Formats: sequence, structure tokens, C-alpha cells
Amino acid sequence: MAVYQQPDERGHFGDYGGRFVAETLIPALDELQQAYKAAQRDPAFQAELHSELRQFVGRPNPLYHAQRLSSEIGGAQIYLKREDLNHTGAHKINNAVGQALLARRMGKRRLIAETGAGQHGVATATVATRYGMDCVVFMGEDDIQRQSSNVYRMRLLGAQVEAVRSGSRTLKDALNEALRDWVSNVEDTFYVIGTVAGPHPYPEMVRNFHRVIGDEARAQCLELTGRLPDACVACVGGGSNAMGLFYPFIDDQAVRLIGVEAAGLGLGTGKHAAPLTAGRPGVLHGNRTYLMTDENGQIEATHSISAGLDYPGVGPEHAYLKDTGRAEYVAVTDAEALAAFHRLSRVEGIIPALETSHALAYAFQLAAQMRVEQSIVVSLSGRGDKDIHTVAALEGIHL
Amino acid sequence: MSRLAAMFSRLQESHRTALIPFLTAGDPSTTGVVALLHSLVRAGADAIELGVPFSDPMADGPVIQGSSERALARGVSLRQVLAWVRDFRRQDQDTPIILMGYLNPIEILGMRHFAEEAADAGVDAVIVVDLTPEEAETDTALLRQAGIDPIFLLAPTSGPQRVAAVKRLGSGFVYYVSLRGITGAQQQDWDEVVARVAELRRELAMPMAIGFGIRDAATAKRLAGKADAVVIGSALVQLLQQAKDDEDAQRLASEFLAPIRAVLDEELGA
Repeated sequence: MAVYQQPDERGHFGDYGGRFVAETLIPALDELQQAYKAAQRDPAFQAELHSELRQFVGRPNPLYHAQRLSSEIGGAQIYLKREDLNHTGAHKINNAVGQALLARRMGKRRLIAETGAGQHGVATATVATRYGMDCVVFMGEDDIQRQSSNVYRMRLLGAQVEAVRSGSRTLKDALNEALRDWVSNVEDTFYVIGTVAGPHPYPEMVRNFHRVIGDEARAQCLELTGRLPDACVACVGGGSNAMGLFYPFIDDQAVRLIGVEAAGLGLGTGKHAAPLTAGRPGVLHGNRTYLMTDENGQIEATHSISAGLDYPGVGPEHAYLKDTGRAEYVAVTDAEALAAFHRLSRVEGIIPALETSHALAYAFQLAAQMRVEQSIVVSLSGRGDKDIHTVAALEGIHL
Repeated sequence: MSRLAAMFSRLQESHRTALIPFLTAGDPSTTGVVALLHSLVRAGADAIELGVPFSDPMADGPVIQGSSERALARGVSLRQVLAWVRDFRRQDQDTPIILMGYLNPIEILGMRHFAEEAADAGVDAVIVVDLTPEEAETDTALLRQAGIDPIFLLAPTSGPQRVAAVKRLGSGFVYYVSLRGITGAQQQDWDEVVARVAELRRELAMPMAIGFGIRDAATAKRLAGKADAVVIGSALVQLLQQAKDDEDAQRLASEFLAPIRAVLDEELGA
């Protein structure tokens, strides 16, 4: 059986990925790629990463059998991979720790990051403090308004939060601004990209730092059920938690891999963030992938109830997995996600992030069509504390 | 001979450095684009670099980002930019037009289709900021088939492999980014730039244009006779924001270019 080996040397996942950046950024990417390759082969680096994931992040986290929920639905057994129990409350920290250790190894003293909802910004601010580095987080001005508590968390952690006023003032513009900062300060600065997008080697590197999600889930599922799950489900914005979960299962052809995008107000309304479901291939932020773009090639504004999925692109490996048919991609509306948010909170005592709620909403539908002896692993990518203001406001409650 | 090659050979005979102003198409207005291009030529521009606005100009500083946003808000598309070039060509058959932009708006049209349309409109060369040589094999072939020069950027940090790739895939000239960073930033060490450009010109056997960080006559003066061309972008774009109307934009642009033209020609006399 063919063993999955992507990307190629130059970061291509089939037609996707690669490096589409200004010439001025190439040396920084070359330096990063060499340092990352060396770190991958260095047992001391791997040992330190492993130790940090245990001691600082709190891994391994459980694969939790949501029994009440499964029996309420009456179909497949639902298992939740509890990334929400990580330090800082989401999967993002896995990658932030990995990249910060790499930055330290490269002698960089300053970390920069882009953030939308603020989870990746918080994770980067956290590791910068942990390793004694300076940290600047770029965040769209509109997101700063929407996610004020995470802005405050980043500042508590000692990070400087830079408001981005260009373009649509959201995540994509924060990414542009971080790239501009990096290219201007490359000697002492490491750019911690928060998802499986960007120019090579980021999509591969970020996936590899998150594969611990799938590696643990696979072993835990075998231990708990004696076999592999029938399906893995994860939400997809840029797609980092999904790639982390999917990757170790790619060669297990019998395991369905399902990524859930944000359908926002509905795919037909145009107000969504579902490039794989409703977009087309193009080039943005250093890689070729599926994008939301208008007929003139301009990147379109996105909408999702969850700031973390509010991104017009997606990691190039997802684009490849879609085209090859190895993974399936679906989309869930704001309303469906919100219902799942409440259901998990009320049935299992776990408040999920709104991003994660998209994966849950689809998993609930899927489970209902499956048999009780089957199983689904859902990436519970983050906890929902950060979203309670958003949800309360929708119900007319002002906290 | 292409317009670009003709321009460089004409200038080389007289040892002059070409002056290439940059404008974002559709800024400061959409009504005066073609007239503004003609006024640049009258003020001494040897070629014109015309920016195609993009929603996510990640290699550009605040000034060009701002102009790009304003142009997009006015509804400027790549098709519109090509229409303006076509219009410009009705009166000017000699001045090379170089489009500068990002890949996604081109890919939506399809590179082959774009190359044919652009050539037909009278475009001479294209700089695609986010198309690196290693990804450009097919695209450069399509551009060159249509008679359009693919222009690549080289930076102070570009190593020998990248220089070799640009030599193989590029034509027309090579755009040397005189500093690390984004458009509009400040450059300190021009001597280093000049020395590197001389080396690259020998190695590549192509004309070398210097851009990023050239703001005025004083900076242009240091490069006169040392580069084949200087590109001035952010400083001009910024100035044109003050224009009260289309005529005023032409006046501002002419007044801005005149002293730069003068120092480029003066150095040559010396």
C-alpha cells in the first residue's frame, strides 16, 4: 500500500502549497527550513519538545467517551480529543511551543504572530514569556474590538498587541502585517504562523507540531475500543487542528476524515468562510490553495460567528486532500454551530469553543446515521470560555 | 526589438540612467489615469511601472497599500488597467509599460489569457511580486511566448542559485530591491547597492533597475550612471494623494520628476 508522503522538497502538496512570496522573504524561509530540518533530526530537540508538551502544556490529554451524548443521539459512539484541556485552552499551544523552541535554537529573541480570535496570539505570548523572549502580536482592529478579553490576556502575558488597520482589519490583514514586520526585522525575529498555511515550510512544520493530536488519539482509540475510529471530524479555518488530527490517520484508508468549514449565514448568502466547499484555487499568503475570491481575483471578506474560522484561505494540504478525495469537507452554519455549543455544554458539561462547535454539529448529524458499534473521534480543539460574551450577546444577555 | 530593449539600448548609447516612476492604477483617481501617464512621460519618465491593485499587498508598505485600497474602492480591476494601457498606447508607441502586481488577480484570468491580452493592450513587461523563480517555470514561458518580459526581483540577500534562476527565466531587466523590507522603507548604504548591482549586471547580462527606498533627487543622484534604471514609487504615490484634481496630479507629478530627471542627466555630463 502506498505510504502518504507529502509535501515534496519544495513544499508542494500536489498542485498546492509551494512558496509564493516576495524575493526579500526567501532567505528568511531558507534559514527557517534548514533550522527546522536540523531540529527534526536532533534527538535533543525532540526530547525537549516532548518534555515541554508534558510539563508545560499538560499532554497527553484524554480521549473522552461522550457517553451521555452518544446514547442521546443513538448512533455512533462519540469520542472527544480534549485539546481544550491544554494550557491556554486550545490546540494552538502545541505549535507555539514547537516554533518557540525552534526560534530559541536559531538565536532569535523576538517572536511575532498574527491572530484572529486571539487564541494563537495568547499561545505565542505565553511561550514567549516562558522562554524569555519579546513578543508582538498583530491583530486586526475589528478583531481587537470583538475579542477584547484575549487582547487583555496577551497584554497580561507581556506581549505587545499591534492593531492592524489595513484591508478588512481582520486575520488576513494581520497576517500581511506580520509578514511585513518579518521581512523588515528578519535578523532577530521569528514569525510564529498559527496555522497550516503560509509559504513552505510552514504548512508542513505546523502540521508536524500538531500531529501529536492524531498520534495520541489513534493510540487512545485503539486502547479504548480495540480498533480505529470510523471517522475523524475537525473544524477547518486555516486547518491546523484538523491537519494535526488527520495526518496520522491518512494511511488508514478505512477511517473517514471530515473537515468542517464555517458556512456562516449559509453558503448561498455569500457570507461564510468556506473556501474548500465554495471557493476556488488561487494564491494568497505564500501558498496556492482554495480561496474565497471575487471574479477579479481580489480576496473576499468572510463571515463566521467564530473569529478563528473567519479566514478566506485554508492550508494547502487540505486542498490536496480534498482534490484526491482522501478527506471530505463540509460546512456548518452559525446557527447549527451555536446549537451544538449549547448541546455539548448541557449534555456533557463541556463548553466548547465556537470553532469546535462546527465540528461537533457535523459529528452529531453523522453519528445519528451510523451504528452504535461504530465510533467517531472529534477534535475538541478549544474551550469556549472566550466565546461566552458572544453567545450571551446573541441571547440578549450582556455580561 | 521590444520597446524595453530599444529604450535601454538608446539610453546605453548616451550612458543615461532610465527614470521609471511607479503609480498605482486608479490612484489618485480613475478619471485621469491616462493623462497622468502622458504627463509622466513629458516630465522625463523613460518607462512607467503601473501597479495593479490587490486586496492583500503583502510586500508593500503603508503608502502603496493605501493607494491599492483606494483604487480597489474605486472598482479598479486588472481588466480596467489593461484598458487604460490600451488607451495610453493610442498616443504613445514608445514608452515601455511595466505592470506590477500580485499573482491571484492574474490567475483568475488565466496566465495565458492574461499574457495575450496584456501584450495586445501594449504592456511590455510584468513584475509579479509573489511569483518566485522556482514557481515560475510555466508562467514565464507563457509570458515570453506572448512577447512580454517577465521581470524578477533580486535582493541583497539573494544567493547564487537564485541569481542563476533569474538569469534563466527573466528577461528585459532585473529589478534590484535595494533594501530588506517593504516598499517605502529607508535605505542607508547606497555604495554597497551600487557595487552589488555592478556585479549582477556582469553576471546576468541584463539591465539592472534599482528600486525600494529611492525618494528624491538626492538619492537618485547617487545612482545616476550606476544603475540602468531607478524606480521611484512610494514617494510619488504619497505626493499624489495631495492632488486636488486630475490636472493638479499631473502638475505635482511633473514637478516631482523634473529635479530627479535633472540630476540623472547632470551626473552624466560630469
